[in-house]
Amino acid sequence: MTGLDDIDRRIIKATTVGLPLESEPYHAVAAEVGVPVDEVVARMTAMLETGVIRRIGAVPNHYRLGVSANGMSVWDVDDAAVSEIGPRVGALDFVTHCYRRPRHLPDWRYNLFAMVHGSSRAEVEAHVAEIRALIGPALRASDILYSKRILKKTGLRLAG
Amino acid sequence: MRPAAAEKVELDEVDRRIVNDLQGGLPLEARPFAIVGERLGISEGELIRRLRRLLDGGALTRFGPLYNADRMGGAFTLSAMAVPAERFEEVAAIVNSFVEVAHNYERDHALNMWFVIGCEDAARVGAVIAEIEAATGLAVHDFPKEEEYFVEFKVTV
Repeated sequence: MTGLDDIDRRIIKATTVGLPLESEPYHAVAAEVGVPVDEVVARMTAMLETGVIRRIGAVPNHYRLGVSANGMSVWDVDDAAVSEIGPRVGALDFVTHCYRRPRHLPDWRYNLFAMVHGSSRAEVEAHVAEIRALIGPALRASDILYSKRILKKTGLRLAG
Repeated sequence: MRPAAAEKVELDEVDRRIVNDLQGGLPLEARPFAIVGERLGISEGELIRRLRRLLDGGALTRFGPLYNADRMGGAFTLSAMAVPAERFEEVAAIVNSFVEVAHNYERDHALNMWFVIGCEDAARVGAVIAEIEAATGLAVHDFPKEEEYFVEFKVTV
């Protein structure tokens, strides 16, 4: 929790669908929220610094851009090495989400998850081979779970 | 008309530069598109027109700030279930009926249903899991993140 106040939340609400594509977009947000533009800029700058805003820009649609294959690669990595290896996997430009998560033995042995994107399964597999090489001797097992079907996809809802 | 979901959108060289350059870093300045346009060698007006076209054509899902949901006070987890094939549709309908379930994917593994639960109140996550287990009679494996290594979203086109 990052101590957002009511004005922050109004700025978030006004921009979750996007910024207006016009010459002075922050002025338009300020007019909608009812605060001066300097206030919008100062608060968005602060939210960038605290990580509430990850980034400001274009959000590509992978599927429409031909980056349509995605596999959830999962890795059983030595616990002593995972915190050192994880950030290097997360920094690869074809990996969009990378987390350490708990094992559920015996059903699930994998502790590192990395979502890998490519234009085809062959490309995803080539990327996965690159991750395997990067992990090296700390790797004990791995798998790729391809998505067969999207069952539901709605936006995460904003608290408040 | 937007193209069909599977249809690939064709980009020209300038579009590609825009998509590759502008996945973050829009300046918090009065006229940000003028600044970025100058960097890309196009006018403010052309950049705005092209962004509108990329959005309308479906190449971009949105343009603006990308919020980090779990820094805004919510709690999130990734969960999975092993659903028997003959019950798959029935169980999918039950899981999807929870408003807290944001994404749900069928994947090719013994654990064949993977979904993200997002709640405003962290205590609610465990309750949703218990309710899904009660409603389906199946175990839910919960995989909350313990560390985040994801550095930055980036796709090169």
